Amino acid sequence: MALDIGYDVVQVTLLSLYVSGCATTVGSLIGIPLGARIGLRQFGGKGLLKTITYTMYGFPPVISGLVIYYLLSRSGPLGSLGLLFTPTAMILAETLLVIPLTTGITISSVTEVDKAIKDTITSLGTTRRQGEWTIMKEAWVGIVMAIMVAFGRCIAEVGAAYMVGGNIQGQTRVLTTAIMMETRLGKFDYAVGLGVVLLGVAMAVFLFLKYIQEKEML
Amino acid sequence: MTAPVVLEKVTKRYEDVVAVKNVDLETREGEIFGIVGPSGAGKSTLLRLVDLLEAPDEGRVSVLECEADSRSNEACTIRRKIGMVLQKPVVLNRSVANNLGYALRIRGWPEEKIMPAVDRELKRLGLEDRRTKNARTLSGGEMQRLSFSRSTIFSPKLLLLDEFAANLDPANVAILEKLVKGYMEEDSSRATILITHNLFQAKRMCDRIALVWGGEVVEVADARRFFDDPEDSRTTAFTSGEAVY
Repeated sequence: MALDIGYDVVQVTLLSLYVSGCATTVGSLIGIPLGARIGLRQFGGKGLLKTITYTMYGFPPVISGLVIYYLLSRSGPLGSLGLLFTPTAMILAETLLVIPLTTGITISSVTEVDKAIKDTITSLGTTRRQGEWTIMKEAWVGIVMAIMVAFGRCIAEVGAAYMVGGNIQGQTRVLTTAIMMETRLGKFDYAVGLGVVLLGVAMAVFLFLKYIQEKEML
Repeated sequence: MTAPVVLEKVTKRYEDVVAVKNVDLETREGEIFGIVGPSGAGKSTLLRLVDLLEAPDEGRVSVLECEADSRSNEACTIRRKIGMVLQKPVVLNRSVANNLGYALRIRGWPEEKIMPAVDRELKRLGLEDRRTKNARTLSGGEMQRLSFSRSTIFSPKLLLLDEFAANLDPANVAILEKLVKGYMEEDSSRATILITHNLFQAKRMCDRIALVWGGEVVEVADARRFFDDPEDSRTTAFTSGEAVY
């Protein structure tokens, strides 16, 4: 769907979904088990680890972008991979941003499961793994919320995406970087149109996650 | 005949508070053993020690002829032979049928055996029409009946009831008491420990009763003797309602 906007809006939208979806998935696959482990097990330094995780909620996207830029730049340790200014670099930067969110929200969610429920699960004779899995299912609403928040952060991300992606037409241009570009060019109507698309995409994904959140209650 | 539960010189502390102090206790197969006492006397802690949810600071806890650290794999094996029902109805955030099936799935039962067992329990509970509803939409009494069934569907050798019928209406109390008696009648080698504040319930249900006071077991006696001819003056005061607690 090539509009007179000069580039393919569908492709930009799909790339936004791809980058955000991948970053959310990887960030959730790392953050949720990590958060469950921190929240449910007892070990030295747990309080400090929780504090650091919660503090990292405010991790600035430009710092995430800077770290990934440094790692992937030609002179950086991973420069030989040639990943800078690719969707993979954007996924890495956004993953780094959302891991504290998925970890921290999972910690809170599993911690807040009622002690009576935890005792009952243990009392029924669960193994440690069965017990932790069941508590995670009890914290399902919170855990899906962690995924929602992570996706929301990724789909709305612009700083890190611009830094390591570069807003290259047909390659790394996503909705947020396109909106920023159109605004700078003074094409406010295009920017607003892309903003509406961005909101629509985000809402559709949230509704889908909300459906999953409620369906798992049975 | 072996003793399902043996506590020898058991002490449990929470920081500076001694919840259970030097307790000796032994239950028998086929009996409903009642534990009564004022609030904060250490009754629930005793039950948590028996269910291996807590480890004693001193003394020995033997459950179904096994001793295990509360965090060990062996504790998990022992717990699989114990059913526990708490005062507050605890149901998992899933369907009524899945709440019952959960206790069997974690024990590795095959799915083709789980569903008939769940169906039987649902019929017994009168909840067949609610099987696909989220268990948290049930009434308090229904939830507690479901909790009870989930704790007995795997035929445990030992049943631990912690104020299991408190805060329920008389009809639900009667249903639950009937379920306990039915559970005991199915197998003479089973045993139940019942914590209750309701002395009438203790009188109705228990074969022997212990009075726990300040973390100590003051007296253990047959139910009739416990109420009619107690040895300790605190038991007399407690059963007559003279003790303020």
